[in-house]
Amino acid sequence: MAKLSAFDPALAAPADVLPAQPSPGYWKAVGQRLLRDKVTLAVTAILLSIIIIAIFAPVFAIQDPLAGSVMRRLKPIGTEGHWLGTDETGRDIWARLCYGARLSLIAGMTPVMISLVIGGFLGVTAGYMGGLVNTMIMRTMDVFYAFPSILLAIAICGLLGNGLSNAILALSIVFIPPMVRISETVTTQARHLDFVEAARASGTTTMQIIRYHVLSNVLGAILVYATSLISLSIILSAGLSFLGLGVTPPQPEWGLMLNSLRQAIYVQPLVAALPGACIFVTSMCFNLMSDGFRGAMDVKLNK
Amino acid sequence: MFAASQVKQDPRDRGGLAQPLLIVEGLKKYFPVRGGVLNRQVATVQAVDDVSFSVRKGEVLGIVGESGCGKSTTARLLMQLITPDSGGLVFDGDPVGGPRGISISELRRQMQMVFQDSFSSLNPRMPIVDSIAYAPRMHGLSAAAARERAETLLAQVGLNPRQYSRRYPHELSGGQRQRVNIARALALEPRLVILDEAVSALDKSVEAQVLNLLRELKARLNLTYLFISHDLNVVEYISDRVLVMYLGRVVETGPVEAIYSRPRHPYTRALLASKPTLDPDRRTRHLPLTGDPPNPINPPSGCRFRTRCSFAQAICSEVIPSLLAPVDLGADAPTDHLVACHLPEAQAAFGEHDVA
Repeated sequence: MAKLSAFDPALAAPADVLPAQPSPGYWKAVGQRLLRDKVTLAVTAILLSIIIIAIFAPVFAIQDPLAGSVMRRLKPIGTEGHWLGTDETGRDIWARLCYGARLSLIAGMTPVMISLVIGGFLGVTAGYMGGLVNTMIMRTMDVFYAFPSILLAIAICGLLGNGLSNAILALSIVFIPPMVRISETVTTQARHLDFVEAARASGTTTMQIIRYHVLSNVLGAILVYATSLISLSIILSAGLSFLGLGVTPPQPEWGLMLNSLRQAIYVQPLVAALPGACIFVTSMCFNLMSDGFRGAMDVKLNK
Repeated sequence: MFAASQVKQDPRDRGGLAQPLLIVEGLKKYFPVRGGVLNRQVATVQAVDDVSFSVRKGEVLGIVGESGCGKSTTARLLMQLITPDSGGLVFDGDPVGGPRGISISELRRQMQMVFQDSFSSLNPRMPIVDSIAYAPRMHGLSAAAARERAETLLAQVGLNPRQYSRRYPHELSGGQRQRVNIARALALEPRLVILDEAVSALDKSVEAQVLNLLRELKARLNLTYLFISHDLNVVEYISDRVLVMYLGRVVETGPVEAIYSRPRHPYTRALLASKPTLDPDRRTRHLPLTGDPPNPINPPSGCRFRTRCSFAQAICSEVIPSLLAPVDLGADAPTDHLVACHLPEAQAAFGEHDVA
C-alpha cells in the first residue's frame, strides 16, 4: 500500500454509528436452524441409534444371529427368549436385525461415498472447465442414464458375480452419473457468479479458485443430494440381496432376510415384515434428514 | 484539467508520465449465436467492434452508452476474462501477452475490477476479510500479513475492521458490500481500477458516499480509473475524459467539459438530452431518440447510428466513419476531442436539442 492508514471516521460507512451486532458464521447459523427443526433432530436421533446398534450389535443382541434351531422355527413376536420371534431356521430375528444393520448400512453408504468422490470430482471438473471437457464427461454419463438404475446394477452384479463387494461396486457405478449431473449443475451456476470472475481477475490459479471459491459453494448441495441417495442405495442393495446378487446366506442382511422370510408371510406376517420395516425406517430417515439439511443450508430461504 | 500533471511518480512507472497507462488497439469481440439441430453458428453478435482508446496516468476515463452497447464486454475484455477476437493492450509501454511484453497474470496484478452486483461479486460463504485477503494470500503473502492488509484496506474504505471483518456479505448493506468490493480490488495494489457500473445499483445518497470514497482513494493511492456507467451525471462528476459508445463502437471521445457542453455526435447529443433534469424550465419536451438500438446481430452498415439519426445521408450507410477531430474546430477547442461522424452539419447542430 502506498500509505497505510488507520480507520478514518470521516470516510466511514453510515451504519458504523450503530452498535455492532453479533454475527454468527455461516455454519453456526446452519446449526442454529437445525436445532430449531424438530423433525430433522428426531430422524437424526433415530439414525444415530440405528448406527450405534449396528456398531455394538453383540452388546444389544445376546443371541447368535447364525445359530438356528429346528425346534424354534417361526416363533411369533413376544416369544420367551426371542422377543421379535425367529425365522424359518429358528434364528433370532432381533439378533439378525442388529447384525444385519451392519451390512445394510455398509451396503447403503459405501456406494454413495465412492460415487460422491468420483462423481463429485468429475462433475466439478466438467462444470468448471465447460466446453469440450464438459461435453465429453456429460455425454459419457448420458450413456449410463440410458439404463434404468436397478437393471444396470443387476447387470453389473451378474457380470461380476455375487458378493457384498461386487454389489457395492455395482451400486457405485449406478450412482456416479446422477452425482456427476448434480455437481456439474451447481458448479456451472457458481462458476458464472461474479465472485469467481473476480477471483479469476485477481490472477490466481484454477485450483485455488476451485478450492476456495467453488467448492465451498457447491459442497453443501452435493452432500445433501448424497444423503438422499443413501436411502435409495439401501433399498437397491437390499433388492440385490433379495435377488441373491448381493450378500450371500447365511449372512444377516435386511434385504436377504426379507427374501428368506417371504415364504413365511402367511405363517408369521408380522415377523416377516420386520426387515422391510427396518429398510423403510432407515431410508425414510435419511431422506428426511437430507431435506432438513437442505432447508437449513439454504441462505436465501432463511435470510 | 490535464490530470497527468498531478500524478505522483510511482516506483512501478516504466514509460514516464507521457506514456498512457493503458492503450487499447482495435479491440474486437464477436459472440457466436448457436442454434438449429446441430448447434451450428447461425449468427454473430458484434459486441465490441474495433474499439481503440487510451487511458492516461492518473485520470478518470468515463465510458457511457445505453445498455447493450458493449461497455461491460469491453471491461471484461480488458481484464482478459473473455478473450478478444483481435486487438491488443499496451500497459505502460509493455504489450500484454506478447513474448516481450508482460503476461496476463502480471497485467491482472496491476489492473483490477469492481463489478456492478455487490452481492454476487462476494463469496457468500467467506467472511469479508477473507475475501479481501484471498488474492494477496494466493500471491504468496503469509496468512497473517494478508489479513493485516485486508484489515487496513477495510479501514481505508471506511469500514471499521474490528466491527466488520468477520461479517458475511449478506450481513452488510449494498453500500457496505460495494466498499468491500473496492477494498478487494485494491488488495493487489493495482494502478488501474475498472469500475464497471460500480455505483449504479446503489441508491443516490449511498452512491454519493461511495463516489467520494473513490475520489479520496484515487488521490491517496495514486490510482487511475476506468469508470463505466450509464449514468451521465455520475460520469460528469467523476471523469476527466469521456468515451461514448454506441452498438460496440466508439462514437465520440474527449474532455468531459467539451463533451458535455459541445457534444458533436448526434448520438451524444441525444444521450445528453435524455438526461433527467430537476429544473422545470428545462424539462424534456420532445423525445430525443425513439425506438430501440438496432440488433447487434445485424448492425447497420457504415455508421451504426444512421438508422436513428435525423441527419443521415447516403455516405453514412456506405463508409464507416473514423474518429477524427470535429470539422469546425475553434481556436479554444481541445485537441483531444474526436468524433466519428461524416457530416459537418450534424456535428455543428449542437443547439438543436434542449441540451442541458
